[in-house]
Amino acid sequence: MTMDKQTSVFEYAPAPESRSVVDIAPSYGLFIDGEFTDAADGKVFKTVSPSTEEVLSEVAQAGEADVERAVQAARKAFAKWSALPGAERGKYLFRIARIIQERSRELAVLETLDNGKPIKETRDADLPLVAAHFFYYAGWADKLGHAGFGPAPKALGVAGQVIPWNFPLLMLAWKIAPALATGNTVVLKPAETTPLSALFFADICRQAGLPKGVVNILPGYGDAGAALVAHPDVNKVAFTGSTAVGKQIARTVAGTDKKLTLELGGKGANIVFDDAPIDQAVEGIVTGIFFNQGQVCCAGSRLLVQESVQDEVLDRLKSRLSTLRLGDPLDKNTDIGAINSAEQLARITALAETGEAEGAERWSAPCELPSSGYWFAPTLFTNVTQAHTVARDEIFGPVLSVLTFRTPEEAVAKANNTQYGLSAGIWTEKGSRILAVANRLRAGVVWANTFNKFDPTSPFGGYKESGFGREGGRHGLEAYLDV
Amino acid sequence: MSEKSEQQRLSVFKTYKLYVGGKFPRSESGRVYAVQDSKGKWLANAPLSSRKDGRDAVVAARKAFGGWSGATAYNRGQVLYRVAEMLEGRRDQFVREVAEAEGLSRSKAAAVVDAAIDRWVWYAGWTDKIGQVVGGANPVAGPFLNLSTPEPTGVVAVIAPQESSFLGLVSVIAPVIATGSTVVVIAGEASPLPALSLGEVLATSDVPGGVVNVLSGKASEIAPSLAAHQDVNGIDLTGADPALAKELEIAAADNLKRVRRPQPVEDFTADPGTDRLTYFLETKTVWHPTGSLGASGSSY
Repeated sequence: MTMDKQTSVFEYAPAPESRSVVDIAPSYGLFIDGEFTDAADGKVFKTVSPSTEEVLSEVAQAGEADVERAVQAARKAFAKWSALPGAERGKYLFRIARIIQERSRELAVLETLDNGKPIKETRDADLPLVAAHFFYYAGWADKLGHAGFGPAPKALGVAGQVIPWNFPLLMLAWKIAPALATGNTVVLKPAETTPLSALFFADICRQAGLPKGVVNILPGYGDAGAALVAHPDVNKVAFTGSTAVGKQIARTVAGTDKKLTLELGGKGANIVFDDAPIDQAVEGIVTGIFFNQGQVCCAGSRLLVQESVQDEVLDRLKSRLSTLRLGDPLDKNTDIGAINSAEQLARITALAETGEAEGAERWSAPCELPSSGYWFAPTLFTNVTQAHTVARDEIFGPVLSVLTFRTPEEAVAKANNTQYGLSAGIWTEKGSRILAVANRLRAGVVWANTFNKFDPTSPFGGYKESGFGREGGRHGLEAYLDV
Repeated sequence: MSEKSEQQRLSVFKTYKLYVGGKFPRSESGRVYAVQDSKGKWLANAPLSSRKDGRDAVVAARKAFGGWSGATAYNRGQVLYRVAEMLEGRRDQFVREVAEAEGLSRSKAAAVVDAAIDRWVWYAGWTDKIGQVVGGANPVAGPFLNLSTPEPTGVVAVIAPQESSFLGLVSVIAPVIATGSTVVVIAGEASPLPALSLGEVLATSDVPGGVVNVLSGKASEIAPSLAAHQDVNGIDLTGADPALAKELEIAAADNLKRVRRPQPVEDFTADPGTDRLTYFLETKTVWHPTGSLGASGSSY
């Protein structure tokens, strides 16, 4: 088979990125009021490298008492911070953006170690976007009166922010940068499997001279997140994560004055028409569902391919997937890294088994999985109907469900047939068809002949049960302003 | 007409009915409730809507959504302006109904109706402008044309204000339909007659059936099932008291409806700004590759 020839001709030598750029301490505290501190009850948890199961560090685990302290610190800092001239707040954010750029290799390696994603992604996607996000919102801080929210929009107060493990530092940037630019102070809880980059960010805040209490970081579990969201002195709640937790948060803040934005799950349709440039579309399908091991809320996890080109697309897709390199995330040639946690791996495995049990046809790329760590081979399901679990539930892993359609009408109907509405992709050479289909897709982000592109100026967020509110761009300011 | 014959002539009462899907049904429950003026005098029997009436209204609103949201903004603007024209023609009727409903003098009621008509005109003019004000091209760092466009949320349930039976009502309906969503509105419980009459105006104003559906009755009875309804995308709680509003917001979380909470004070005579106009809008952002023509460095 041609694949064997390719792999044997182009054998790759290991090309690991050096770990020495990052110095991970054996333990970390919570970051409250500008200081690292133990949890009130002394609890700690271990964070492991998903690719090796090596314990990277032991981290203080925030509880209710720590949430209380952190919210108080943020409240205390709010008066001064929100009263600073916007230009001064902006300069703090510019400093942070620059320090992130300076330390980007260190942070990329750290993120890859703690999260399991390939270094080429943290180095080329996560970190540049993190720095860009701070740089972008830094510039807004002294221009809020020109943003279309009235002449002098005001900060809300203390923002309680809970973020997921799939893009730990990028999600932190999406939350913290607009919050600080608009004059809010922040208590942020990173996910329990990826606390380290947020703690390194705390150090960056200190290097930047950010006033104490403006940013507080509380590593911990769901109970700390729930306590933060429910805290009566929190004015703004921002959450990125699962739809189920998002709904719970919406119920928690009901009847209060807390402003809420939710960025939740998705089941994005990637629609390939028969006139699409097939090789480009195949690359887009791969990017859509295998970027970050498919652990992306806006992943193109449903491939809708026009019936007439189904065989050709699937042949080329399988051939392409067979060349993806799965393994050491620190290797610069690695395409597919580790799944973030044993728990997530179990969830993906169970959903894939459900797919088989319900009669969908499973194909996995022929690749050897490392003996330790959490791994899942790139997988696709064919013979999938809209009723199948793998076509409805967000899997949040490297699993693609393939459905077919005959007409654009059918493609749109199937694409919209989901509780979610976060992302979609369209592959066709016909401009008018792109516009017509994009117009009718009920999704917050649509990529035409591309996929998974992000930019700080580009608003991101969903329709329907993918949540509400937008992050990024001018739109992203609204979530943190009293408007 | 002589005074004598006027005294002898018995006036014709109106049977007030719901406005659902462009038709005027009674409540499927067969129930009515007595509507009184501010002094307790009987004015009419209004339909006491049931939860089933609410569900029927959602079906009608969903059916109308595709056409209404797909209409051009210019067309929606003309239709809304047509509503103002029709209202102007029935101004006297609304002045009387508002005076009775809110216990206002004729001149004060006239001012309210005039303000309500002007509000339709204000929102009619917004339909083809809001897209440019809140959307646009985003300067992304790459070879892409990146466009953000506001789009209507879908079916929106509205609990109309309890106090302002007409100006308040218009102020909560018009912005939602101006941006292309469709509405199921529960009129203020005690004074639903101006709202039910508005249905008659909408029916003759080129507003497609189902775009606005008017229910009368108790919000506490009808709204919970609307808040929990899986085919409702947003809910405006303006006319709900705090306890009901909290209950509805919790129910609305089931399918993550966009919830507009009631404000402590609502002054419907003030400049409304764009808040209500933008509340039930989604932002869709589309990325188009631009290719790399000119990447070789030529300036022309």
